[in-house]
Amino acid sequence: MSERLEVTDTSTDYESVPETLSDRTIDPAIIAPGAMMSPPVDSDVQAARDEAGAARRGFRQLLPRMSLKLALGLTIVIGITLFGILGPLFCQDPTDSDNPALSPPSAEHWLGTTKLGYDVLAQLAWGTRGSLMVGIVAGLIALILSIVFGILAGYKGGWWDEILSLFTNIMLVIPGLPLVMVIATYIPGRSWMLVALVLGITGWAGSAVVLRAQARSLRSRDYVAASRVAGEKTARIIRVEILPNLLPLLAAQFLFAIIFAILGEAGLSYLGLGPTGSITWGTMLNDAQTGQALGTGAWWWFVPPGLMIALLGAGLSLINFSIDEIINPKLRLAPENARRVRQAKRAGRGVESVHVTNGGEA
Amino acid sequence: MKFYARRIAFYVVTLWATISLNFLLPRLLPGDPADILLAKMQRAGGELSETTVRNIKTLLGGDTSSMWDQYVAYWGRMLQGDLGVSITKYPAPVTDLIAAALPWTVILVGLATVISFVLGVGIGAWVGWRRGTWVDHLVPFTTVLQSIPYFWLALVLVAIFSVALGWFPIFGGYDVWAFPEGPEWSWAFIGSAVYHGFLPALTIVLSSVGGWLLGMRNMMVSTVSEDYIVTAEAKGLKPVRILRTYATRNAAIPSIAGFGISLGFVVAGSIVMEQVFTYPGIGKLMIQSVQNSDYALMQGVFLVITIAVLAANFIMDIVYGFIDPRARHNV
Amino acid sequence: MNGDAVLTARSVSIEYEVDPPVKAVRDVSLTLHRGEILGLAGESGCGKSTLAYGINRLLKPPALMTAGDVVFHDRSGEDIDVVGLADEELRRFRWDKVSMVFQGAMNSLNPVINVRAQLFDVFTTHRPEMSKRDKQRRSEELLELVGVDPERLTSFPHELSGGMRQRVMIAMALALDPQVMIMDEPTTALDVVVQRGIIREIMRLREKLGFAVIFITHDLPMLIEISDRIAVMLQGEIVELGTATDIYRTPQHEYTKKLLSSFPSLRGDRGDFVRTGHQPISATLGAASAEGGAA
Repeated sequence: MSERLEVTDTSTDYESVPETLSDRTIDPAIIAPGAMMSPPVDSDVQAARDEAGAARRGFRQLLPRMSLKLALGLTIVIGITLFGILGPLFCQDPTDSDNPALSPPSAEHWLGTTKLGYDVLAQLAWGTRGSLMVGIVAGLIALILSIVFGILAGYKGGWWDEILSLFTNIMLVIPGLPLVMVIATYIPGRSWMLVALVLGITGWAGSAVVLRAQARSLRSRDYVAASRVAGEKTARIIRVEILPNLLPLLAAQFLFAIIFAILGEAGLSYLGLGPTGSITWGTMLNDAQTGQALGTGAWWWFVPPGLMIALLGAGLSLINFSIDEIINPKLRLAPENARRVRQAKRAGRGVESVHVTNGGEA
Repeated sequence: MKFYARRIAFYVVTLWATISLNFLLPRLLPGDPADILLAKMQRAGGELSETTVRNIKTLLGGDTSSMWDQYVAYWGRMLQGDLGVSITKYPAPVTDLIAAALPWTVILVGLATVISFVLGVGIGAWVGWRRGTWVDHLVPFTTVLQSIPYFWLALVLVAIFSVALGWFPIFGGYDVWAFPEGPEWSWAFIGSAVYHGFLPALTIVLSSVGGWLLGMRNMMVSTVSEDYIVTAEAKGLKPVRILRTYATRNAAIPSIAGFGISLGFVVAGSIVMEQVFTYPGIGKLMIQSVQNSDYALMQGVFLVITIAVLAANFIMDIVYGFIDPRARHNV
Repeated sequence: MNGDAVLTARSVSIEYEVDPPVKAVRDVSLTLHRGEILGLAGESGCGKSTLAYGINRLLKPPALMTAGDVVFHDRSGEDIDVVGLADEELRRFRWDKVSMVFQGAMNSLNPVINVRAQLFDVFTTHRPEMSKRDKQRRSEELLELVGVDPERLTSFPHELSGGMRQRVMIAMALALDPQVMIMDEPTTALDVVVQRGIIREIMRLREKLGFAVIFITHDLPMLIEISDRIAVMLQGEIVELGTATDIYRTPQHEYTKKLLSSFPSLRGDRGDFVRTGHQPISATLGAASAEGGAA
């Protein structure tokens, strides 16, 4: 005897699952060389949040897994930082022109000398310090601004969002370097602080867009809604509920901001618009250009500073890679899984015939 | 097409903001640019007529009239297409100088960017598709490429290929000795231009391809694990079809949407790169103007660069709307 | 349900190659008869979906089938070794003989192309001789079959409601007149009223077209209603296999009994929980695991 409920005919379709497409709709400009390397997707922030939910209990859980990439990145960055801090103590005065001019690397001058007789290695050490300082300060300024414009806008929504977003988008579209050049031109005497400031206030827009997208999706999470209902103030909610969960993302954005500040400063300095009176990698390149380093084949002069920039950039990017893998676990897991299965198949454990479906199995 | 209307409105607002910035900056920042400029011109031995002085003050401030009046006057001139007169190439109007330099940049940077984008997205898609194989290990190297400052890369390329090997010319947009009159429409000229443009283009491509490659690869890895890909496989569709229509089309969306930001970096990079190659484009013009405090020219170039970026963005918006139906239907 | 088998799986084992490896499906054998509805029940993680994907050769890394074979008995009389199919053959087999409806059609449809394109895809790949007009006609037919307005062919997935999307998925699954349809929690993400509609649709189509169904869900009461036979899975193994009536009336395995009694009922003993919040004294479970019936 079957007990089958007779089904009454319903031809209405109810939309049952909340439309999460708006969360998934791409906010324009998420991917860019140097912006977020992968789009943080709803569910993956969820994964990160789950990990980060323990953030308050265990900071350790947030830290990226150690891997070759991460180790390499950290080594490079820490190495360069140490060079910047300690290097100047061990090198001669970078403005000491008492050396033979334009001499190639030798035992006395490991990286040779410039046209004016400055020791390149000393210049490099001081230049590291200068560039790093500009980079970090500019990065911090950009980060703070992007938090204000991004997270505030994303969280509050409504008019706040419209206005802040409009401003963000405008700053995003107006080309950065030309703007910085224009500003820098009007100011004759530029300290490195000023340069950092200018770079910072022109370079936050990309981060802001990314952070806004995340804040928007976090806003609809239950624990945030609960805080709101409980009457907590916005500032507190942002500080206590939202920021900690975005920590990996913030870290990544900060590192990116540093890279771009350093690249920006290098470009500025190269054009003669950089900090007056300081030595940075950029000013070295500028000197090299005006000193005809290219024409005279003085590679030891212009290669090291650029190399340092590239190295630092690579190091920071590698670290960002690892952070990326926390934020978007699929990036780590998918290749790993595919590799494992291939190994198992080669070991003869698979029963299926080997074939290529999509990528990932070979 | 609410989507497009909205974007256009946004661009108009941005344009307004740019012009206003041009207006405000010299007046708000420390220093008195008008006086500096006038002094410079006098030293250069030019005769300063009433009109010239007035024009400069309208441009840069230093006028005694109210801010608002100045603003209106400024806008008046802008709308008439009067961008002022350059002092470095006195008395050439700014618009003429820009018109001469613009095509060089637009063609070089435009082409190079398109090549870079297509290459980056294409290779990135392939790498993302074949995840878990040896190709994955190449990816971190692209980050190295991406962190290299454009102009340093340019320097290195020049050092290797122009100075050391002599394969390519060191500077210029074309062979100035072969064409002393300037640009002309002939195959020989175009050939020369291409020859001179090769290294600059290579610089742009090498520096920017990494970013798009990485972004696309990451998006691809994400996309391939989506449900609709599984459905496509279950349907027994050919892998090529899945790769193209199901995976790549979806994965490319953020790259296209994000083209706007990337363009900013490309522009920045090209400006400096033009300096390295002494390429007669808009970037070089900007640098010249900046180094010589040729404020009128500088403001004009800044405006034009911004307009170009807005235009490129708009083109990308069209492509984006075309590819992603959700964008067309949402607002 | 006649006695002919349409799909036979023997000793299938599937492992997840993680560290340490996890045996998701252990030595599972089952037979699907022509035109029957076989329910596959069990809690999350018991391996039922993995098994289904394995049968259809859709396993994704890190999943790997380590043992067993799957044989498809075509109505033409031919026997096809599914596990041994390679490339082209596998692709031709898919959807034509065995099709699948996935959980949460929220994301099972390609967001950037419209419904028609996705239906046409199937035809272009498997029935290349069909003309455009034929494809159009068949697509409209299919949509009408599942109760969706044929005008919707030009819609994009995001323009459809959840229930409609699921119906489109079903229409797509029926496109090539398959002999077996595997449905993996096809209604879990929908609300109960829509659920009802979809289930009814499936039953009706099955009556009409005669395909067999493997219906995967954790919702045992629903299976009891609609299935001919039910297999209960626990931790990768089938712990009980019998007709729906048998499972309902005389469950043999401990787990089956547990599963049955964790669904609150409106009447009788078990209804106590729903009405008053108290556990009936006769409860044999630590069942705070009283999951509701629907998702």
